[in-house]
Parts: sequence; structure tokens; C-alpha cells
Amino acid sequence: MKLTIGFSVNGDSVEVEVLPHWNLLKVLRDVLELTGAKQGCGEGECGACTVLVNGAPVNSCIYPVLEVEGKEVTTIEGLMDKSGRLHPIQQAFLEKAGVQCGFCTPGMIMSAFALLKANPDPTEDEIRHAIAGNMCRCTGYVQIVESVQHAAAVMSGRSQERAGKE
Amino acid sequence: MKNKDKPPELQPFFDKNIAGDVVPSIGISMPRIDAYAKVTGRERYAADYYGFDMIWAGVKRAGIPHARLKSVNTQAAENLPGVIAVLTHKNISGSNRQGVIRKDQPVLVDDKVRHCGDAVALVLAEDKETLAKAIKLTSADFEPLPGVFTTETALEENAPLVHEDHPGGNVLLKASLEIGSVQSAKEHCDVLVEACFETPLVEHAYLETEAGWAQLKEDGKLEIVASTQTPFRDRMEVADALGLEPERIRMIAPYAGGAFGGKDGVTVQSLLGLAALHANGRPVKMWWSREESFIAGTKRHAARMYYRLGAKADGSLHSLDTRLYFDTGPYDHLGGVVITLALEHSGGPYRIPNVSFKGWAVYTNNPIGGAFRGFGVAQVTAAMEQMMDMLAEKLAMDPLKLRLKNAVRKGDKNCVGVTLTHSTGLVECLEAVARHPLWTERAAWKSKAGPFKRRGAGIVALMHASGYGPVVPDVANAKVELTAEGKIKVYCGVVDMGQGNAATNLQIAGSILCQNVDRIELILPDTDRTLPSGSASASRCTYTFGNALIGACETLKLRILQRAADLLMVDDCDETALIPGAVRHLPTGREIPLHRLATFMNESERTATQRFRAPTAKEIPPVGNEIRLHGFPHTLFSYGAHLVRVEVNELTGVVDVKRYLSVSDCGKIINPHVYEQQIQGAIAQGIGYALSEEVQVNEGKVLTADLATFIIPAASDVPEIESQPVEIYEPSGPYGLKGVGEIATNGPLPAIANAVADACGVRIFRSPLTPSRVLRALRERLSEGGVH
Ligand code: FES
Ligand code: FES
Repeated sequence: MKLTIGFSVNGDSVEVEVLPHWNLLKVLRDVLELTGAKQGCGEGECGACTVLVNGAPVNSCIYPVLEVEGKEVTTIEGLMDKSGRLHPIQQAFLEKAGVQCGFCTPGMIMSAFALLKANPDPTEDEIRHAIAGNMCRCTGYVQIVESVQHAAAVMSGRSQERAGKE
Repeated sequence: MKNKDKPPELQPFFDKNIAGDVVPSIGISMPRIDAYAKVTGRERYAADYYGFDMIWAGVKRAGIPHARLKSVNTQAAENLPGVIAVLTHKNISGSNRQGVIRKDQPVLVDDKVRHCGDAVALVLAEDKETLAKAIKLTSADFEPLPGVFTTETALEENAPLVHEDHPGGNVLLKASLEIGSVQSAKEHCDVLVEACFETPLVEHAYLETEAGWAQLKEDGKLEIVASTQTPFRDRMEVADALGLEPERIRMIAPYAGGAFGGKDGVTVQSLLGLAALHANGRPVKMWWSREESFIAGTKRHAARMYYRLGAKADGSLHSLDTRLYFDTGPYDHLGGVVITLALEHSGGPYRIPNVSFKGWAVYTNNPIGGAFRGFGVAQVTAAMEQMMDMLAEKLAMDPLKLRLKNAVRKGDKNCVGVTLTHSTGLVECLEAVARHPLWTERAAWKSKAGPFKRRGAGIVALMHASGYGPVVPDVANAKVELTAEGKIKVYCGVVDMGQGNAATNLQIAGSILCQNVDRIELILPDTDRTLPSGSASASRCTYTFGNALIGACETLKLRILQRAADLLMVDDCDETALIPGAVRHLPTGREIPLHRLATFMNESERTATQRFRAPTAKEIPPVGNEIRLHGFPHTLFSYGAHLVRVEVNELTGVVDVKRYLSVSDCGKIINPHVYEQQIQGAIAQGIGYALSEEVQVNEGKVLTADLATFIIPAASDVPEIESQPVEIYEPSGPYGLKGVGEIATNGPLPAIANAVADACGVRIFRSPLTPSRVLRALRERLSEGGVH
């Protein structure tokens, strides 16, 4: 039996018909065709599906869709501003080479987004800890960490030089 | 948001780069062109197509390692509403066999199951849930057969045969090479060290599991979009397996979400092709689950390697004897080529006058061994570089000096008898490590280990061949076009699986043709549009395709300048230059926009192509033709030296990698950021290989089929990595470049093993160096009285 639930995605209200056992990722990808959030495992182990629910990062592949009723979901597609400008974290991943195959990137950026919201000036350890649930098989994380450091510096108006040294 | 009205688009998504007004140059870090779509979530990977009328296909896996197939029961699944078809080998009219060298792998099992991941039936359903139910409802009757699960048992005389029709029995390929005489040389050695090393079966664990979709078009063309490294070869494989003319098949390879060798060859392609033939023209999608990827996908070969290394008292290597046993699982895949490359690298980058190398790729009923970044070299480097440290210890010699003493230099013959005629920067790499404080100040650092901690430093020397070797032509065909709109189109022949070669192609074309980024468009590999250029593998992509691309761009440039000179009525095109969007006559400043120029040229005049074939070794090595056919020997090598510092916790056995230094001779660098990505990413994978990654298999069944039990490094597990290039110009490479894709992945396992031995005084011959193995070794050492 399908149920109808309502929630908001990147600021737009949506109503979707779902089966009770579906997870949020399935609805985002298969129903809403927001394919930015990726599926790397479907079991809560890789972070590729990370999105924000009411501002908190979740593994959407194991997040029951019924629980999203009435909440706000933010996906990678919602990070650009209205004029189409990249969010500073996206920009930083682009400039500081945090992207290789890119399959982990949307999840990685969402985790970084949640981190910087809570902690605008994180240490390297705090960054590594915050993205420890986001697996990347390509980069070795070095340039991902640098990207997040750079984004933090840009977002808080600190100089780039300092960001590079942290 | 859902678009039900139009069929999914076949073309990969492109968007404008934000730094579109930049004219690319060689040697600078410019943002990758693919990054924009990736950071915005807009990139459409093979797994990202949904929409119009799409149906799902999935596979019933055998779940039994060795059995005769008696029948497949499809009825129950077929009766389920929403099931479109349940297909078996009977629905295949082609050879039903796939494989790069030996075609021994069925698309759908017909006679025999040879590993748990074999595909028994292919199910098509309206949605994923029905698909899952239907796969469960499909069953098969098997007559179980005794299996072979280790290379030892597979080589026993009366071992069950994985392929009854293979003349070599369970030996897929035996490779051997003899130079000088190891037998008599042994008598002239002052020291001999002997050891056996075991390395595990390893999963690629790319974030994007095997995926794709396919559609049978109205004109009869079968279009397959897949996450693959090898679209052109896939096309031939699918055609043969399904009994279609290759021209009927179009393979398209979007950006892959990681591949590392695991998509070098057919994964979903033939299955999708078969599904599309039975889908009434509807698009069919297949996306393996993580568990399925573990069970059915290829892996890095597990290996057992026997080494005996002899040297003179002064440290000069004199003889090396190796026997390599690689478990290739039930199918060739690329197992023969892997063992051959392993054999070629088994003596490392050293001069050794007497060698005897033997290698066996052995069929078993375990998961399929195949291509994985490192391609056999990761295994033998783990062995050889530990042998070097063991030898150094026996000689009471500094391990770095021992390596320097024996390191190959340009003009030397390497230990398989090939004269090194290309740039050979190993000595420079080792010297850079020798000078580095992480090495020179290691004693002080080690002495500061806290209570219950031990610290150690380890080094390794590396080499890695690039390209296919002498027989299979290592060829790329580049094509560039000045479009009617005055833009540049680059037709990429080699897949970008994440390593960034597409962006590098843009950098090359933009720099030669002096066009800014947003005037250049990339066409990703597509058998209907781009030219065949081989696989994205073997550290060859930018070397081989880059050379071809430079040629094509130079041709097009000259043609554009000449045409412009004609139109500007000047004699000499030397007086003209390309500038963004136009050609300028330098003496007068007159300009002709490219879009105008293009109107005077027809399509073939606006298009330039160039073929490049990578150089091959000209020596005739003392090996059989079969081994040459499998790619022996190479002529072009990258080199490197790594250093690692580790801290071992005596109470837990945990090895903490504190610092990592990599010095690499991969020639000149086109884009430092992308270069770093290759080195750092490879090292992280190597650290996983060293410390935690092991696909555990029991009687052919994978026990670690998820990312909770197969542990790849997380951000918190990877140390600070310093990487230094030794930029020696390689004259045959594009802008002096050599391959960088694989070499660094070979270093961490032996470097860490050497560092652990340095820290603890024990060597662990079986990797990964898990806490329990380290603890056991520490305990054994204690009970032996602490002497080693
Ligand atoms: S896909 Fe959700 S954690 Fe891996
Ligand atoms: S960039 Fe490929 S998984 Fe992170």
C-alpha cells in the first residue's frame, strides 16, 4: 500500500507516493530523480548518499522515508545559490582538487557543509573525523581535507595562506 | 521533477567550467573540467539514468562454487506480475563466452558453475522490488562438484578441473624466464636470503559499483552505456558473446565512479545487451549491489611467492630465484597478463645477473582474479622489497645504500634483460629519500616512542611498466575538430574513470590551439563517435593518447593557420597565430574569427586525426611466444622511492602510519594537482592493502562482502602524505611525461612491512598486517627470547 508523504527538498515542497519500507535515497533518486546523492553501498557504510535532514547529515540510504514527513531535506543540488553560483565548499573542491571520480563528492561536500555550519574553524583532525564516514577510494583524502580547509577559510573570510598551512 | 516524457539522453552531461576564460597551459594546476558537474551533483554516471519507461535487470547468482548446471527454474519468477522476462543461456545465440585473452567466462552459465558469482539467469522486471522478488523465485538444479580453493590443491595431480577443456589443466598460464645460471651463481653468493610471502585477495571497492543501461533502438542498434574502462574491446566481446555484428553495437563510456582495473573488461555489458534484446525497445538498467560487486566482480589476485636472493659481501645482487603462484579464480579475465607483468617485475628495479623466475596463474573456484591497479606488480614488489631489507639486515648494510648500489640506471639492462633506453630516475628518487629529514632524523624520532609503542621507518624502491608490451599494439587514435561554430571538439578515445585524463586532454588541446576552456568541448569515449584508443589501464592513458592528441592538435593548428593565411592573403602562416576565438596576423593585427574561418572549411578539413603507437622493447627476451603475447617485455618504466614512518602499539597490535613520503620519476607533469591525486590516492589504496584489506573466502564463498568487513581506509586512517616529483624529461612522452597511475600503489605494503620489522624486530610474511597478526608476531618474538 502506497502512502503519500510531504516534505521539502532544497526549499521546494514535494509530495510523493511511497511504500512504507522505502528509504530516503530511493525516493530522491528513483522518484524525484535527484541523482546527486549516490549509492555506494545501500547499507550505511560509505556516506556516498549523505544529505541533510533538518540540517543534520544522514545516510539517506538507511533513512526511513516515512521519517522525513514534514522535514527539510537538502541535497547537493540545493547548495548553489539562486543565481547559480557555487557554494564556497563546492568551489573549494573544484579549485583544490578534492574531486577525482567524483562519486563520493556530493556526500563528502554535504558532510563538510554540516561540519562548517557547526564548526566554522575546524582543525585538520576535526575535518578528518567529520568525513570519516564518507569513503573515498580515489583521493587519499589529502586534497579533500585541503578543500574543506580552504572552504572554511573563504567562508569565514580568513586568508588563503593560512588555510594552506593548517 | 520526474521527466516521464522524454527518453533518457545518451550523452554524458557537460557544463561550463567556471574558469572558462582561461587558456590552458602545460605544467599548471588548473581545475579539472569534469569537477564542476561532479561538485554540483549534475554529472550523470552510468548509474544515474532513470526515467522514461526504464526497466530493471538483475542476475541470479549461482551461490555455489563448482557444480554442473542441470536446469534453471524460471517459471515461478515468470509468473510474478511485473516480471518481463527470465533469461537463461538458452536465450543467447552467440558464443556465450567472454574474456580478453582466453574466452572462458559464460555470460549465463550453460554447462558448469565455476564460482559462486557466476550468473545463472537474467531477470527483467518493471521495478527493483519486483526484480528482487523474481531473482529469489528463480532457482537452479545443480550437481555439486568438488572444488579447488587454493593454488596448491589446484596444482595437485588429481585435482578437480575448473575447465576440462583447458590443455594446461588448472594452470591457466605458466610463465618462466631464465638469465645466467641461478644454480651455479648460488655458489658465488656470500649471503642468501629466502622467504615466502602471501598477499591477500583484494576488492577494488570503487564507490560506484558496476552499472549501466542499454536500449535496442528502432534502427536495430544496441546502445549500451556502461561504467567501463574498455568500451571498444567491450563492443567486440559483447558482439561475440551475443552473436551480433559489432557494428550493431554502440558502447558509450561516461565518467566512471572509480574503476582501478575492476572495470577493465566486461561486467554488466553483455548482460545488459542481452536484456535490451528482450525488452521491447525499452531502456534497461542494471546496477550491482555492493554485495554482488564483492561476489561477482574481479579482484586483485591473491599470491604466494617464494623468493631466494643471493648477493656478494659488498651488497651487489648476484642471483634471484622466484616462484609466483597467483590465484586467478575460475576465469582468465586478465590473469595471464597479470602473472606475466608480475614476472617481469619480480626482481624489482635492480641489476641482477642471474635470475630464474617462474610464475603460475592458477584456476580455482574462488572469486575471479583480474586487473587491479598495480597489475601483479603490487604483489611482487611486496615480496622483493622485503627481501631487500632482509638482505640488508643480513649484510648489516643500510637498506637505502643497498638499493642505491643495485639500482638500475639508464643504459643498464634490468634483471629481465631489457636495456633501459628511456629516462630512468630511480637513483634520483632514492637520493631524494636519503636526503629527507624523515630518513636522516629517523633514529631520534624512533627513540621518542612512548610506553608500549615502537616506532620504525621503512623504505622501498619501485618501478612500474607502462603500456601493453610488444605484441598487442599499444595504440591510440586522437581526433580534434574545429566545429562550424568555431569551437574545438576533442574526441577522447580513452575512458576517464576518475583519474582526470579527460581534463588533461582539454589542457593539451587548449594549450596547443590557444583556446580558452569554454571554447573546448570533450566527447567522451563512444564507439560511434570517438576513435579506438585502447583501454584506460596500464598507466598508459595520457602517455599514449596524449601523444596522439598532440599530433592531431598540431595538424589542426597548422591547417587553421594556413587557411587563415590564405584568407588574409599573407604568404607565410608563420606570421599568424591562434588566439582565443580567432587567428591573428601578427604584423598587422588583423584577425579572423574561428567561426568565420570554419565556414570556409568543410568537415574533413576541420578535422584532424593522429595515431600513436607506444614504443616497444627491441630485445628478444629468452621467453616463449606465449609470454610475449601476454605483454613481455616492456621498455618504458616509471620509478619511485617511498618512505614510511609507523608506530606500532604493542598492546593492541595496531600499526599507525604516521608519515608517508613518496618520490616519483613519472616524467614531466602536465597538471600538478592531478598528478598529486594519482600519487596520494594510490598510496591510500596501498595502505589499505598493507593493513586492513582482505577479501576472506571460505570454500569459494566470500565472507567479507561489505564495507563493514572489508575495511578500506577512511580519512582518519590516512596520514600526511608528502609527494615529490623527480621531473626527468622523457623524450618519448607527451611533454616529457610517463605513466603515474599505478606505481605508487605498489609501495605502501612493503614499506610498511619494512617499517614494522624495523620497529618490532619481526617480519610478518602474510599481509595485511592486521592487529592480530602483529600481536601474534610480537608474542612469538617474545617467546623466542626477543632475538631476531
Ligand atoms: S550508500 Fe548510504 S552509506 Fe553507502
Ligand atoms: S573521488 Fe572517487 S571515490 Fe572519492
